[in-house]
Amino acid sequence: MKRLFPWFALVAFGSIPLWLHDPYLLNAFITTGIFIIAAMSLNLLLGYTGQLSLGHVAFFGIGAYASALTALGFDVELLFGIRVVHEPWPVWTGFVIGVLIAGLCGYIVGKLSFRVRGAYFVIVTISFAEVVRLVALNWVELTQGPLALISIPPITLGLPGLGYFDFYSKQSNFYLVLGVIVISYVIIQRLVNSRVGRAMVALKENESLAVSVGIDVTKYLVLAAVISAGIAGAAGSLYAHYLKIIDPDVFLFLYTITMVIMVISGGKGTLAGPIVGGLIFSFIPVVARPFAAPEVQWILYGLLMILIVFVLPDGIVPAIEKLLAGRDKKKAAAPSANTSMQDAP
Amino acid sequence: MVEFLQHVINTFILGSTYALLGIGLTLIFGIMRVVNFAHGELYAFGAYCVYFVCVLLGLNFFLSLFVALLAGCVVGALIEVTLLRPMRNADIDTTMLIMIGAMIVMQNGEQYIWGGVAKSVNTPFPETPLVVGPFSVSWLRLFVFFAALVLIAASYFLINRTKLGKAMRATFQDRDTASLMGINIQAIYMWTFAIGSSLAAAAGALLGPVYVISPQMGNIASLKAFAIVILGGLGSIGGATIGGFLLAFAEEIGAGYISSGYRDAMGFLIIIAILLFKPTGLFARAERIG
Repeated sequence: MKRLFPWFALVAFGSIPLWLHDPYLLNAFITTGIFIIAAMSLNLLLGYTGQLSLGHVAFFGIGAYASALTALGFDVELLFGIRVVHEPWPVWTGFVIGVLIAGLCGYIVGKLSFRVRGAYFVIVTISFAEVVRLVALNWVELTQGPLALISIPPITLGLPGLGYFDFYSKQSNFYLVLGVIVISYVIIQRLVNSRVGRAMVALKENESLAVSVGIDVTKYLVLAAVISAGIAGAAGSLYAHYLKIIDPDVFLFLYTITMVIMVISGGKGTLAGPIVGGLIFSFIPVVARPFAAPEVQWILYGLLMILIVFVLPDGIVPAIEKLLAGRDKKKAAAPSANTSMQDAP
Repeated sequence: MVEFLQHVINTFILGSTYALLGIGLTLIFGIMRVVNFAHGELYAFGAYCVYFVCVLLGLNFFLSLFVALLAGCVVGALIEVTLLRPMRNADIDTTMLIMIGAMIVMQNGEQYIWGGVAKSVNTPFPETPLVVGPFSVSWLRLFVFFAALVLIAASYFLINRTKLGKAMRATFQDRDTASLMGINIQAIYMWTFAIGSSLAAAAGALLGPVYVISPQMGNIASLKAFAIVILGGLGSIGGATIGGFLLAFAEEIGAGYISSGYRDAMGFLIIIAILLFKPTGLFARAERIG
């Protein structure tokens, strides 16, 4: 039953565009899906290696900008009069390059910042994100600064033998996002259930013990950072090509917080956690929109976050699992008690 | 050279308020091990206190500074008792998440109550700046500098010369032993958070009228406070004071000679560089990464 559940969920979500035609709700599902991908990538670091990266939005934004700029082209003058001109490339290459560049940044940030732990790691990652935001804001020649990159083309993909796809409509974007969610889910599932994943959990539980049995901590942390950043970059790329406009606000700290709330409330260190948390927290605004101003929604967000840390520190998914396991145990315990009573005389 | 000296003058004024912000955070971070994301929101809260008392109620500007100092103290104590005391034995990430939640609530609460439009405060100081030779500095900024110096001196006195300060230092060094010596740890934590918050509110109250007051002003202030604490080393008040001036100097030089758009980037670059190359901070005696 538990094994089949992800398939049920996939079929259920896959059917949504067939019966849901309201563009507002469909749009909400697409942006939710994009943030779920980002939250899943954060979960790999936060849930499985125990490193709270509060600069995660940097990888999302870098993916978005790299992808958009690859598709749009640019012409910038660097130091010493070196001029870099980039002609627009096919849009799908932007997605690939967005993932690669975000992954590369994950490698560099990981290599440098895993020298420190705990609060210091958190602060280094936030600082990185803020520096990237200020660069995006001030390097106007490349990023248009606060004027934003506009008219970003939707993703198009020509497959030999299968025809030509363009992801322009909401329906097609929905399936594109769903596809990337499935791919990310499988990558993360494969990773955490492998030797690498066990090494990550080992160093989360007890780093010095993990080191003493010969686990190369930095190697695994950097590996997790690269994959996590790459997936976040994929989410950013989808975001840019879906909204068709991005500005330096994609690097805002609030987006990182949104991802963290999704992971923590759903259950860090579980595969389904970011998906459940993402759905809940993305649809709070949809439900609250008619009667609450955005500030009030954010206040609710903040209060819910505090409440969840107080009441459900492990998150929703582990709480439900515990509930189900408890019921199963009761069921299992009841018959055995009967048989032992029958056996006794 | 004149331009450079003008930057130095600005550094002293900006740095004195940064030092207040840093001292507040280094006490909280050092003694309680709480990564206080709400620190910047108390800074904004202090600025709004001045706006409320001085502009809306029309009372005296100097009175409004005292109100900000006291209100910051009370709000800090409330946050400590309601949000942090029940989570005393939780790990550092858990309390960090709680403080992020508090930050979101406070910032959006400010936005909801006061609106997103930036506010300005008229002060009783003359508009014309004090001009000495080629340099000029406004009277308000001069007042901010001296008021901040008084508060810095007061916190030195509090930590080094009073019984409460002694208990705080003992708790910083070894919580369990301090508790065995009969120190009421719960009360020390409450006072630490209240005093730290009060200093942040004071920094906001002083700097708010110099610039404008907006709900977003707390965002960057939290991160700057972290930069100062990291520069100075954890729990070191002297370090935080010097760190505040160093950060202000880096920002002034960055804004003056590189690009004003990158003013705020200086703090972050300092954080990254220090944590990567000298993670104990510039002035810390004890090892602090573990």
